[in-house]
Order: sequence, then C-alpha cells, then structure tokens
Amino acid sequence: MSTAPLSNVVGLHRGGRARALDVVAWVVLVIVTILFLLPFYLMIRNGLSTTQSLTSPDWSFFPTHPQWRNFTDLFHSPDIPMLSSLKNSAIIAVLSTLGTLLICSLAGYALARIPNRAAAPIFYGVIATLMIPGAVTFVPSFIIVSSLGWVSDYRGLIIPGLFSGFTVFLFRQYFLAFPKELEEAARVDGLGHWRTFWRIVIPNSGAFIAAIAVITFIGSWNAFLWPLVVAQDQSAWTVQVTLSTFITAQTVNLPQLFCAAIISILPLILVFVFLQRYLVQGVAQTGIK
Amino acid sequence: MVGAAMPSRVVADEPSVSRTGTAVPVRRIRGQRWAFWAFITPFLVGLIGFVYVPIIWSAVLSFFDAQGTVVPTRFIGLDNYKRMLTDGAFTSALLTFTLFAVFIVPTTFIVSLGLAMMVNRIQAARAFFRSVFFLPTACSYVVASLVWKLSIFNGVRFGLANQVASLFGSDPIAWLSTINPPLYWIPIVSVRLWLQSGFYMILFLAALQNINPELYEAAFVDGAKGGWQLFRHITLPLLRPTAVSVLLLCLIAAYQAFDEFYNLLGNAEYARPPLVYLYYLALGTQQNFGLGSAGALILAAMIAIVTILQSRLLGFGSKGES
Repeated sequence: MSTAPLSNVVGLHRGGRARALDVVAWVVLVIVTILFLLPFYLMIRNGLSTTQSLTSPDWSFFPTHPQWRNFTDLFHSPDIPMLSSLKNSAIIAVLSTLGTLLICSLAGYALARIPNRAAAPIFYGVIATLMIPGAVTFVPSFIIVSSLGWVSDYRGLIIPGLFSGFTVFLFRQYFLAFPKELEEAARVDGLGHWRTFWRIVIPNSGAFIAAIAVITFIGSWNAFLWPLVVAQDQSAWTVQVTLSTFITAQTVNLPQLFCAAIISILPLILVFVFLQRYLVQGVAQTGIK
Repeated sequence: MVGAAMPSRVVADEPSVSRTGTAVPVRRIRGQRWAFWAFITPFLVGLIGFVYVPIIWSAVLSFFDAQGTVVPTRFIGLDNYKRMLTDGAFTSALLTFTLFAVFIVPTTFIVSLGLAMMVNRIQAARAFFRSVFFLPTACSYVVASLVWKLSIFNGVRFGLANQVASLFGSDPIAWLSTINPPLYWIPIVSVRLWLQSGFYMILFLAALQNINPELYEAAFVDGAKGGWQLFRHITLPLLRPTAVSVLLLCLIAAYQAFDEFYNLLGNAEYARPPLVYLYYLALGTQQNFGLGSAGALILAAMIAIVTILQSRLLGFGSKGES
C-alpha cells in the first residue's frame, strides 16, 4: 500500500482558508481521539478501583490506590472461569487460524493456478456462499453440529468455521497475481504442483498470509454468536461467552469484570502493536474485494 | 457425508503423482487433475458439509414441524413461513433492523470518511491518529457492550453519561430501558460506531492515498477553486468504488447485528433485531428449529436480494472482479 504522502499540491494554494481548515482538522481529530480512547480509560480506571469507589456517585478520575490485586483475585474467583475460558479462546483461535489458512490457501491455489474443468463451477459455488452472511446460517449450522454430537466440543467450535468462501476468494485473487515466472522455474526444475506450492509459492507469500492470519485470528478471538450457541457447558465457554454471561449477573464483582475485559483484549492489543503493518494490509485487502 | 474420508487419501496420493507429473505430456495432464482435486477437496468437503448441507437441511426442516428435534417430524407445508411473516415479533424485528441500518450506515460512512480525510490532510502524526481510531477494532462487541452497559450508559448515578447529565441538573437516566423517547438507540448506535469506524477509515485512507496528486494539480491549473471543488470533482468520483463497498459491507454487517443487542438489551421486545429473535426462538426454551429455519431462510433471502439490488444500483458489479 502506498504510504506516499499526498503531495503538498494543496500547498500551492494553502491560503488563509486552507490553514483555518487545518486547524479545524486538528481540533476535531484531538476531540475524536479523546472520545475513542475513553472506553479504554474507563476499563483501566474501573478495573483498578474498589467496588465501593467504582459505584460511588462521586466521580473519581483515577483510583488513588490502584487495586492491582483485582487481577490476581480474578484468577482465583470461584465465579468467573477466567483461566479455562482464556485457554479455550486461545486453542480455538489458533487452530481456527491455522486450519483456515491451510484449507483455504490450497483451495484458492487450485482455483487460480491448476487448470480444471470443475474450477469454474466450484468458483461460482464459492461466490454464491458470499451472498449468504455466515451469521444467518447459525440455526442450520447448529442443527448439523448437534447431530454430530459436537455441542460444547472444540470440534463444533472450530471445524464449521474453517471453510470460509471469502478467504478462498481472497487467496484465489492473490495467487492469480502471483508472478508466474517463479512457478515456471520450479516446473522446469521438475517440481509438481504440490511441491511448487510449498517450496515456492508459500515461502514467497509471507506478507499476504500474515495479513489473512491476523484478520482470521482477531475474528475468531472476538467471535460471539457461534460460541454462545455451541459452547453450552461452562467448561467450553470462550472469553467472550464468559464476559457476556457476567454482564447481566447481579452478583459479580464489577472491578474484577473490568479486569477480565482488559485481559481479554490484551492479546489483540499485542497483535495491533506488533503486527499493525499486516493488519492494515489485511483490512485493505478484505475490505475492497 | 460419504466424502469425509477423502481429503487425507487424496492428499497422500499427491506427491507421488506430481513426481511423475512433468516428463510425459499425457501424464502431466493426469497429474494436474489429481493435483487440482487434492488441493481443493478438503475445502470442498467442508463447504458442502458445513455450508450447503446445513442450508438444505434447514430448508427441508422449514416445511416441517420440528420442535425440540432436528429431525423432520410432521410435514406442514408453508405454515412455518406463514407463521413467521404474520408473527408480529418477527416483523417488528425486521423493523428494528431497518431503523438500525438507517441510523448506523450513514453515521459510519460520514465518520469514517471524515476521519480519513482529516488524517490524510494533516502533515504530522498521521500514524498516531490512524492507530488510535483503528484500536477499537481490537475490542469485541462483548467487551465494548460491557463498558457501554456497566460504565458509560449505566442507568444509576455512577454511569459516565449520567455523571455528565447531572452536571446539567438531570436525574439519572435509564439509557437502555427508556423507550419513550427511544434513548436506547444512543448506546446501540454509538457502540458500533466506535467499534467499526476505524476499520472503514482504513479503507478510505488507502483509497485517498491512491489518488494521484497530479490530478489535483491538473484540476487546480484548470481553474478548480478551493477545496470543495477539488473534493467534488476529483476526490469523490475516485472514492466511489471504495464508498460503494463500504456501504455494502456496513449494511451487510448491520443485517447480522446480534452481539451488541444481545449484550446491551437482552431479549427486550422493543429492540430485538432478527438474529436475536431467531436465537431465542431456535435455541431458547422453545427449540423450534422448523420455525427458526424458516425465519433464517427468509432473512438470508432478504439479505441476498438487498445485496444484489444495492450492488446493481450502485454499479458495484460493473467494476468486475479485481
């Protein structure tokens, strides 16, 4: 993606009015920044408060004595199954991401690069599923998963989500634009499709795969409706299901719940900080089909 | 599913096939055919098993009385569809959705485009603002709903919105349960606005940065006066493909609204979008899978029709696949 700054053409006629607009832009951006960061501030403030100061009618901007022990108490809480839900979320997100990458990259490569009469009809079959948003099919999908006996089971939480038509579509588009010369060189060296794919194509597609991986991981970690439907036993709850359950619980310790919220977004904040390049690229790719 | 055991077998065959795949032309074609199926079978089996079969099974169930069971029991024809379409709760869910789309789509569009243009305009700290506006994307709807419900729009005095309201001498307001006037729309719309604006801003920003600066120069030389004319005649037309795709994505996402409604309002009758209603219908105490299937199919058909209509109207298809 080009990050070349828009040239200062605007500078050609950057008169008084343009400068005034600059000031307006800055003021608005700063105000929106404060509004956008407000929920994060509230999470930290509330997470470090005592219940008493949190529910006090007198607003305090930050707890005078930050209660770091809320975090440790959370993991010892008999009410909130934090550890097991973090474990579930991590397993599900990692396996979903790996599985999706494997299955969808193979399929996308076949559709883009291996000539076959069936390619066109299969491609239309994939495109057709893009018309039906995944969330709408949760009733039918649940019917299948419960017939397979996969309710409250990792299989039910992971496998139905691995076959993303959209991801196959993205991989196909990407492989169509992949330099043919590299593959032809591999062919001359006697590599078949399988080894060309693993030795030439995949090693040269790191950035794209990372972008798709980041997007898939975030989607899986933050997924709510499907885990809510499938993870019916508490032992199978993901972090999102656990948090949601306690939003409506009357008895829950509020500061601990905010600590749980902070912990649940930490992995993704790390992804944002360290992989933002891939993330932005992924968004640009998945957004503009 | 018969094909369930297929992928591993075919994949296992593949290397040996490709080893022989290059030398003799005839073998090569045969190797290619194997390779194609080896690559695509895992996906194809899953697509059929977890996308097509559920939809077909659901379509079958929708013509049956299937309560508390996922096996068709008694054929009742179109009764489920009739019941859904005359069910006041379902039609009002469709109304809730429509209102929601009317609120959320234009606000998201304006906020994300506005932010992108401002970030693109300023000469410094672009990366900072881009990161800040994008950061909410890291939060799930559940986390955001938690903050919105228990902190910002908490109905008691310690909620942030009520703290601000008390500065103006107002008594605490029950933001989420006030129907008259329908104040619950404020938290519902603002939470999604906060979560998704940064995502669409990135799309607009990418499009803005792809505009060739020489175009502005040329327009300026041609006598375009001021920012508005440049925006109207250069920026806007060139943003059109992105704008169309943002509108579509935003609308489709709104159709599937579930998380924030479920977590902020629960099963509140006054604001229950279709998915929340279907959730309680099919997975609540009723376990009415026949009726739920009919509702899901009605909804899926509506989304498909709206998507196609909208992309035709806005000329999305004319761009071709890129």
